[in-house]
Amino acid sequence: MNIIVCVSLVPDSTTKVKISADNKSLDPNGVSYILNPYDEFAVEEAVQLKEKNGGELTAVSFGLDKSKEAVKKAFQMGADKGVLIKPDNENYDSYTVAKNLAEYIKSKNPDIILFGKQSIDFDGLSIPNMVAEMLKLPSVNVVVKLTVDGTKVTAEREIEGGLEILETSLPVVIGTQKGINNPRYPNLKSIMASKSKPIEEIKPTYTGNKTEIVEMALPAAKGSGKILTGGADQVSELVRLLREEAKVI
Amino acid sequence: MSYKILAFVESKENKFKSPAFEVVSEANKLASELNTTFEVLTIGNDEVKNDAPILGNYGATKVNFVNLNELNSKSGKSDFVYSQTAFAKVIANYASKNGFNLILLSGSALGKDIAPRISVLLDASYCPDAVDIKIQDGKIISKRPVYAGKSYINLSFNSENIVIGLRPNVFKPVKSGNNSAEVSSVDINSLDIFDVDFSTVVKEIKVSSEKLDVAEADIIVSGGRGLRGPENFNLIENLAASLGAATGASRAVVDAGWRPHGEQVGQTGKTVSPSLYVACGISGAIQHLAGMSSSKVIVAINKDKDAPIFQIADYGIVGDVFEILPALTEEIKKVKSN
Ligand SMILES: Cc1cc2nc3c(=O)[nH]c(=O)nc-3n(C[C@H](O)[C@H](O)[C@H](O)COP(=O)(O)OP(=O)(O)OC[C@H]3O[C@@H](n4cnc5c(N)ncnc54)[C@H](O)[C@@H]3O)c2cc1C
Ligand SMILES: Nc1ncnc2c1ncn2[C@@H]1O[C@H](COP(=O)(O)O)[C@@H](O)[C@H]1O
Repeated sequence: MNIIVCVSLVPDSTTKVKISADNKSLDPNGVSYILNPYDEFAVEEAVQLKEKNGGELTAVSFGLDKSKEAVKKAFQMGADKGVLIKPDNENYDSYTVAKNLAEYIKSKNPDIILFGKQSIDFDGLSIPNMVAEMLKLPSVNVVVKLTVDGTKVTAEREIEGGLEILETSLPVVIGTQKGINNPRYPNLKSIMASKSKPIEEIKPTYTGNKTEIVEMALPAAKGSGKILTGGADQVSELVRLLREEAKVI
Repeated sequence: MSYKILAFVESKENKFKSPAFEVVSEANKLASELNTTFEVLTIGNDEVKNDAPILGNYGATKVNFVNLNELNSKSGKSDFVYSQTAFAKVIANYASKNGFNLILLSGSALGKDIAPRISVLLDASYCPDAVDIKIQDGKIISKRPVYAGKSYINLSFNSENIVIGLRPNVFKPVKSGNNSAEVSSVDINSLDIFDVDFSTVVKEIKVSSEKLDVAEADIIVSGGRGLRGPENFNLIENLAASLGAATGASRAVVDAGWRPHGEQVGQTGKTVSPSLYVACGISGAIQHLAGMSSSKVIVAINKDKDAPIFQIADYGIVGDVFEILPALTEEIKKVKSN
């Protein structure tokens, strides 16, 4: 089975967001970066598919040099090959990322392409299905259960208040959600082995964003709340405030 | 640039509910700000068609209706509920054939699934998860949270076509009168839909429980590790019942197996923006805040006055959930019965 997993490097979720002087981007000082948590599920699912069906697993990331860390983490978990599509600068939007991933994927003709459902930096939830449409492939995102049987694919995806059971066939694009598996912790041996693996660098084939960030800003600070310190005795006061002041009940 | 707006709306159990009213209201508002018109597109069965005139209350004059059975018959298959790939194609083709260049839809599970495909089909700029849309110097600027709500960006668009997904529960449904919208059936043959457009189909929808889902609720009562064990979540359920709320949970209690994953609020759970969010025995870790900080009113109940949740709470009580929750439930029942 020829498997591709797309991985993204993102600021750790505990990052304190500060805005750069250009008012359009995150100030990278002091930020530590990690493999996007949802992509860990994608890599794990890809490794399991490879273990079951044989074949080759390639991890691809679009980004500057630091994104190699995402590919390295995929190596540690079991990816065979790594690719970095490296643009000249960090000014790219989801469309540009999707377009370049799609071009690369097309050249490799994989049986299955795995993504995380969403990156935790820009929270787009959009690249998997954009790539699928660019490649005219079926796709299922927010998947909590995946079964591949020959070329037949069954997936369960989360929706409001329940699950959808979908049916489709290979080649397919899948976006993974928490619950689909438990990502493995790399062991020392795989960490050591991954160190010598090369990451192929290629140039983007497409530039030309469809959206521009005109401003990045912090949300307006909340006025300090009314916190009552009298315990259960102040329940009626709380209810009064919620009714008369906040008007929510 | 002149815009022509198309609002795609979904129904639920064959009726239009607040996500549809939110999208129509915002389309109506933008149309007047841009000095243009808007139309609505929907896909459903006859019951949905019969419910469509109600969208007139929110400013729609014309609802274009695509019959789901006619659409599905283009697949050559019969044993499925619907196909999101076909929905995306219907909306994109309807828009391009009729000159619509600004598409609004809800950022529901369906909306988030089809909008990226629609944007590629229309070669459009796409903004998911918008919380505000403004017109500045005739250009559309859309605001969306990033970094789990810790900051936001304002986006402008480079393409002639634009697709914007609206974060559910943020845009207010605005009744603009008691008008009934005209419903017009779309000829399915005009949309160029073929069997290949049904590459992904939903075979079955499993409703996880009869309970209200956090993603759809207007009020949420959530419990965390402060509840000490699954047996005490009746306190959360009772308070939720008194408020007509959905029950939510922190990841700590979901991972411990006390509550189902579907209730988890936060970065790896659901993102919610209810009008009232009550956090009980939840510390307010950044990953939890990521999922609920855009709630309109936040109430925290925690015995630790320094718990981070109090920093974003609008109201709160410092105290023991085992004393406060029963008293609060009684007090709410009392005021509601008056
Ligand atoms: C990658 C990643 C993703 C994550 N995603 C999520 C997510 O989606 N959602 C999420 O919630 N978390 C998430 N977390 C976990 C998060 O960091 C916290 O561990 C979790 O939210 C803590 O849950 P809690 O508030 O219930 O428990 P705790 O942090 O243990 O807090 C319990 C609180 O209860 C209070 N308390 C105790 N007893 C009482 C009492 N009798 N009366 C009143 N108050 C009492 C305590 O003062 C304390 O503040 C994630 C973590 C990581 C690393
Ligand atoms: N720069 C990137 N390089 C490779 N894959 C990416 C990149 N950005 C996002 N992805 C993939 O697309 C998924 C969804 O991202 P998004 O649409 O941005 O929420 C992620 O979970 C990754 O699998």
